[in-house]
Amino acid sequence: MTKNSYPEISIQTADFSLADEVALLEQDNAIDGAVVTFTGRVRNQNEGKNVTSLTLEHYPGMTEKSLEKIICTAKERWNIGRVKVIHRIGELHIGDQIVFVGVTSKHRQDAFAANEFIMDYLKVQAPFWKKEASKDGINWLDAKSSDESKAAKW
Amino acid sequence: MIKVVFFAALREQLNCSQLSLSSENLATVADIKEQLASKGENWQQVFASNTLLSAVNHDMVNSDQAIKSGDEVAFFPPVTGG
Repeated sequence: MTKNSYPEISIQTADFSLADEVALLEQDNAIDGAVVTFTGRVRNQNEGKNVTSLTLEHYPGMTEKSLEKIICTAKERWNIGRVKVIHRIGELHIGDQIVFVGVTSKHRQDAFAANEFIMDYLKVQAPFWKKEASKDGINWLDAKSSDESKAAKW
Repeated sequence: MIKVVFFAALREQLNCSQLSLSSENLATVADIKEQLASKGENWQQVFASNTLLSAVNHDMVNSDQAIKSGDEVAFFPPVTGG
């Protein structure tokens, strides 16, 4: 199969197309019956504040390495086929897509679980930071302890 | 030499994105933190934080992690991507 040549990680400023990503997960992939995708978007509210925009910073090099490790662990734990993780950086606005995780597997349980696992670990291990602009000014977001406990449940 | 890099809120608090340190007398990440904390009030505050995260050569580590010349050491706040 061509699994190994499939580019699994993309850190980019540009937007992505859900339809295009699903097409790539499915292309020449007749062995997998399940395709599970997650898309994260910029919300208009966060902790009671009206958000106007977000700026995402990351640590080039470490971001890719940490995502590779998370994907590798997911492949050890579940019987999954293709994986794609896209994370955008730079300035984003309300409704913009931030993150995409797509996983294929023969049957749905593996793809559902692996997708959630990858997302939960991305939240607490991949070095991205959000800076939020609202009427109250510009602030770096604080990490949520609920994200730590979600990742710990795996 | 050891390359030290800072990200996000830390980078802004320190007004510094990277610096180089001589690896002499620096055996662990904790030694780097101690040396940098003595650079001034801002630095002391940043390195007193118990939520500060560290990475060596792109892997998350604890403060007792050994370091050597040529390593890239990073300090940053808890991550908030996704």
